[in-house]
Amino acid sequence: MSEQVNSQIQDASESFEAEFKIPEIKHPLREAARMFARNKAAVGGLFLLLGILILTLVAPFFYTVDPFDLVWAPLSPPGTENAPFGTDYLGRDILAGIVHGGSATLAVGASAALLAVIIGLSIGSLAGYYGGWVDEVLMRITEFFQVLPTLLFAMVIVALFRPSIATVAFAIGVVSWTAVARLARSEFLRIRSLDYIKAARSISSSNRRIIWLVILPNAMPPLVVQATLAVGGAILFEAGLSFLGLSDPNVMSWGFMIGSSRDYLMDAWWTVTIPGIFIFLTVLAVSLIGDGLNDATNPKLRER
Amino acid sequence: MANFSIIVVKRLTNAAALILAVVILNFLLIHIAPGDIVDTIAGEMGGISPELIAKIRADYGLDKPLYEQLALYVLKILQGDLGYSFFYDEPVVDLIWNALPQTLLLVITALSLALVIGTICGVIAARRPNGAFSHFITVLALVGFSAPVFWTGIMFLIAFASFIPLFPPAGMVDPGLEPGSLDYYLNVLHHMVLPVVTLALIYLAFYSRLSRASMLDVLGSDYIRTARAKGLSDRVVVYKHALRNALIPIVTIAGLQFAQILSGAVLVEAVFTWPGLGTLALEAILRRDGPTILGILFFSSIVVVIFNLLTDLTYNLIDPRIRIGSKE
Repeated sequence: MSEQVNSQIQDASESFEAEFKIPEIKHPLREAARMFARNKAAVGGLFLLLGILILTLVAPFFYTVDPFDLVWAPLSPPGTENAPFGTDYLGRDILAGIVHGGSATLAVGASAALLAVIIGLSIGSLAGYYGGWVDEVLMRITEFFQVLPTLLFAMVIVALFRPSIATVAFAIGVVSWTAVARLARSEFLRIRSLDYIKAARSISSSNRRIIWLVILPNAMPPLVVQATLAVGGAILFEAGLSFLGLSDPNVMSWGFMIGSSRDYLMDAWWTVTIPGIFIFLTVLAVSLIGDGLNDATNPKLRER
Repeated sequence: MANFSIIVVKRLTNAAALILAVVILNFLLIHIAPGDIVDTIAGEMGGISPELIAKIRADYGLDKPLYEQLALYVLKILQGDLGYSFFYDEPVVDLIWNALPQTLLLVITALSLALVIGTICGVIAARRPNGAFSHFITVLALVGFSAPVFWTGIMFLIAFASFIPLFPPAGMVDPGLEPGSLDYYLNVLHHMVLPVVTLALIYLAFYSRLSRASMLDVLGSDYIRTARAKGLSDRVVVYKHALRNALIPIVTIAGLQFAQILSGAVLVEAVFTWPGLGTLALEAILRRDGPTILGILFFSSIVVVIFNLLTDLTYNLIDPRIRIGSKE
């Protein structure tokens, strides 16, 4: 559709080009990418995330110390031979934990955010598109989930089942979809009354077609930004649960490192500080990217 | 004012429905949880005959159909009975009642500080949207969002309670002080500094950014241009005309965020061993004390409902446009 329109505009513009200087019309995605690339903070965030991904996905092959092995004297400070980041209260290598524990943290963050987006998008789009009693019921459910203190509710879910990577991700997803739902609802409400939806209806497109192929692509930019922020939020959430001792004890993750060293933080600052720095950097990278995407896709901000 | 009373009734019904939903969720969670009260009693008594188990089940109404049990449960909660904690050997309501004031002290102090200072920072930043202070606020908000709350707390703890021992590392008050004396309050204040600052910092960052955006939005609107065109001084325009309207979204969001702030408080309490609901919840989870943890979930949800209700109503009172808007 849009390509056709673009080419028509291009045809029309060519005849004018001799007289007036008409700026080139670009694809909105390319325009957004260009805006993003110009934003130094966002590009910095992208590189930071890339670095973290390399660290967690590639470095484990080169640094093969088992993060659960007791390799050195307990509570050795950073800079010790064999353990540049020091060891925890059992003598486990912190660097090994950082290198091998990152993937679990990222996996929980990504899958929890994905779950939150799926639930939020389904509820929000149905409520916004159909309106009426569907909207009323779905928004009451959303309101209900907003009232429950997220961390306490997630703690209950994790404690009911056994703490594992899957239950933690599930619990985080279940408690953090409301923001996505509200955003999706307002976007669908806004878009469904626009002329091109009337046009789609007039050629008797099915509701499913309109929701998935017409409204959703147009509602995408703010939802992508929200989804990015949800990843950051989920990583923080996982860290919080782990700090409270509610994480899978058999899987090394940054949150688990903080949680297991909680009682020793006054004696050995590095056991908690170092994994915390990596969580902070990851969330920072994700937020920078989210902010950059927001600036790049929001035409209101572009004018400034 | 007739409109307003209709709104009050509507909101109250809504709040009651929400609370009932929380009760039902709690009831379901109790039933999903493995092991019921009979198992606990049977475990404590050692060997127990099947007849006795059946008798206890009947005593607690566990042999009745599910909907009848739910009705009994609702009745019990209406009487203020949230169950009994076998671990603490105390009714759950008493446990919560004893922990609640400390949590509210922490949360309300931190929230007020963050709101006031955050709004001021945001307004100053909005005066010069591209100035150094404005950029500083943006960076602060980003860092505030990205750093785990408990980690910030731990960093403060290591810096100001361990390396430079300015503040006590844990607890709320030193033992042996007379409750009610000046020394007692000063001691509590001393203990409060680090947890309050930790909790306030995240929201300070958030509100600065929010009020900056809200202020910029208002400052760009037509009526501000009119006010300036009338020749009003900059100070009057910014603080009297703009700030009023810019405050509306800030107050709303602050009210709606109360549930999240309670979550933050749980983590901060865990870092500083502050004797509030969060510490209680954490201990209850670690001891697998079901009634207590569910009681806390229920109770804090109610606190959130009440807080939202109050925000909503004040908001209706402050802003006449909303009152008229909800007439339809």
